[in-house]
Amino acid sequence: MDIALFARHTDYEWEIAPHGAMRVPAVIYADEALIRAMDHKVYEQVCNVATLPGIVKASYAMPDAHWGYGFPIGGVAAFDPDDGGVVSAGGVGFDISCGVRCLHTGLNTEDVMAVQKMLADTLYREIPAGLGSTGAIRLNQSEMDAMLAGGAAWAVKQGHGSAADLDHIEEHGQMRGARPDCVSEHAKKRQRDEMGTLGSGNHYLEVQKVVRVFDTRAAEAFGIRENDVVVSIHCGSRGLGHQIGTEFLKEMVTAASHYGIMLPDRELACAPINSPLGENYLGAMRAAINCALANRQILTHLVREVFSQVIPKARLPLLYDVSHNTCKAEEHVVDGKRRKLYVHRKGATRAFGPGHPDIPDILRAVGQPVLIGGSMGTGSYILVGTKQGEALSFSSACHGAGRAMSRHQAYKTWKGRQVIDELAARGILIRSPSGRGVAEEAPGAYKDVSAVVDAADAAGLARKVARLEPLVCIKG
Amino acid sequence: MNHQRWEHFPHEADMGIRGIGNTRDQAFEQAALAMTAVITDPVQVAAAEMVEITRAAPDDELLLVDWLNALVYEMATRKLLFSRFEVHVKDHVLNAHAFGEPMNPAKHHMAVEVKGATYTALRVAQESNGEWIAQCVVDV
Repeated sequence: MDIALFARHTDYEWEIAPHGAMRVPAVIYADEALIRAMDHKVYEQVCNVATLPGIVKASYAMPDAHWGYGFPIGGVAAFDPDDGGVVSAGGVGFDISCGVRCLHTGLNTEDVMAVQKMLADTLYREIPAGLGSTGAIRLNQSEMDAMLAGGAAWAVKQGHGSAADLDHIEEHGQMRGARPDCVSEHAKKRQRDEMGTLGSGNHYLEVQKVVRVFDTRAAEAFGIRENDVVVSIHCGSRGLGHQIGTEFLKEMVTAASHYGIMLPDRELACAPINSPLGENYLGAMRAAINCALANRQILTHLVREVFSQVIPKARLPLLYDVSHNTCKAEEHVVDGKRRKLYVHRKGATRAFGPGHPDIPDILRAVGQPVLIGGSMGTGSYILVGTKQGEALSFSSACHGAGRAMSRHQAYKTWKGRQVIDELAARGILIRSPSGRGVAEEAPGAYKDVSAVVDAADAAGLARKVARLEPLVCIKG
Repeated sequence: MNHQRWEHFPHEADMGIRGIGNTRDQAFEQAALAMTAVITDPVQVAAAEMVEITRAAPDDELLLVDWLNALVYEMATRKLLFSRFEVHVKDHVLNAHAFGEPMNPAKHHMAVEVKGATYTALRVAQESNGEWIAQCVVDV
């Protein structure tokens, strides 16, 4: 993008003044190199979001922002229901509550390297991954509704994990306000045999080593030290969430004119929060959040079973679980007033600072863990939310590296076997049902995750705690 | 001149699909083939089973998204891949048959799941050279 389009407030905060139909400014957090490398579509999209009714303060984009649908990926915006504010199906996206959870293992790198191949093969055998894969769980109608209302708490009740896990998940593992009755039969049917599956695309399960700790106090509170091994799971609400996104996007596109909403882009399809359609969407979206939380919980249980076979001494308590594609009702202080707002985070992570009441007791003093996904060969990061994040971005941070190259181009550039062999030479074992999928997700197709995380840290959105590097990656 | 073909176009995170034909119907058929090609090589998919799809929408662009999303749904729930399509569009109503076979990881080497067709880069139009275009970005 052309930096002349921005007013530069700091080295990491770039503002676009309201123009045209924009109701508020747009703000992008990034360093100059990241801004220059961003697609101009991010500029258009972050400005378009600023035109939506009831938007508060500004339309934001995180340092990993890239071209999305309606909202940029990495887009954040809050809306006031009492000021005509809207909820946007496009602002949440198709993969509702796609997110990352991170598990301790109690192991160090040497423990894992001794059985690395066996661990990779067993995880690959036991974790359903890739297109068309199915899980072992089949839910009847009442069980499906119970899952959609209960989330990870439901999964724990079914024996997939422990009650202690719930304290380490956003919303304590159960998104309140879910309305299974607002989820179509089509969406439920699409989920019928997908519980406990990883999916495909950028979804993965990684065994990772902690290679560097930046913040000793926060790392200690999170229970991580250098040379520890952790497991990260990246996936979402599977077919159910995709179908809810598809159906409500269509309904909101059709209904926009009825609500007097001018859409600069059909993907910004939205409805007033205080409207039957808006309420129905929120009910269905919260059910999809629960589906994602239950899915990650079931996968956690499968991972624990694998570790108990391969390394019996391993114990895998949950560090934390964060969601990326959500709209959540939260209280934020704006111009000195506490207001209840609906915060959209599209490819962005909640990042509450120290003391926030929604953070579990054991972590509250330091802040919310913020888990930044990597891409097979590149690293991942654990960050922690900051106090100033609330004023900067409604307590939001980036969610990953963000793509730097299209799948189209990546597939032309690499072959899956080549990527797998090159990573194996670096000690990283990839297991995937799809060589083409691996090529499209090649580490080189992503931005430099360290540059993204450094920008988030320097901007004050979240603070770096630790860097992780993969040892094993199960790629969907 | 026969314009029938499909192609992909780049999107930073996902994949653009484009169907091109002598008629709007053919463009819709080719767009569906382009979507299959996001997932696997369509040549490897036998046209052994048939699924019937009917959709109506306020305009042809919204109809294209509906058509592709109907296929996404059928693929997801029946675990099928499609390689041949017969589409008839009239007055923004689509009647179609999709032919394919069950997903077989050993045969189809599937790359990535299509989560849904989007309104991004959505376009259904006849170009000045007479060929019809039907395109959008699909979320993968």
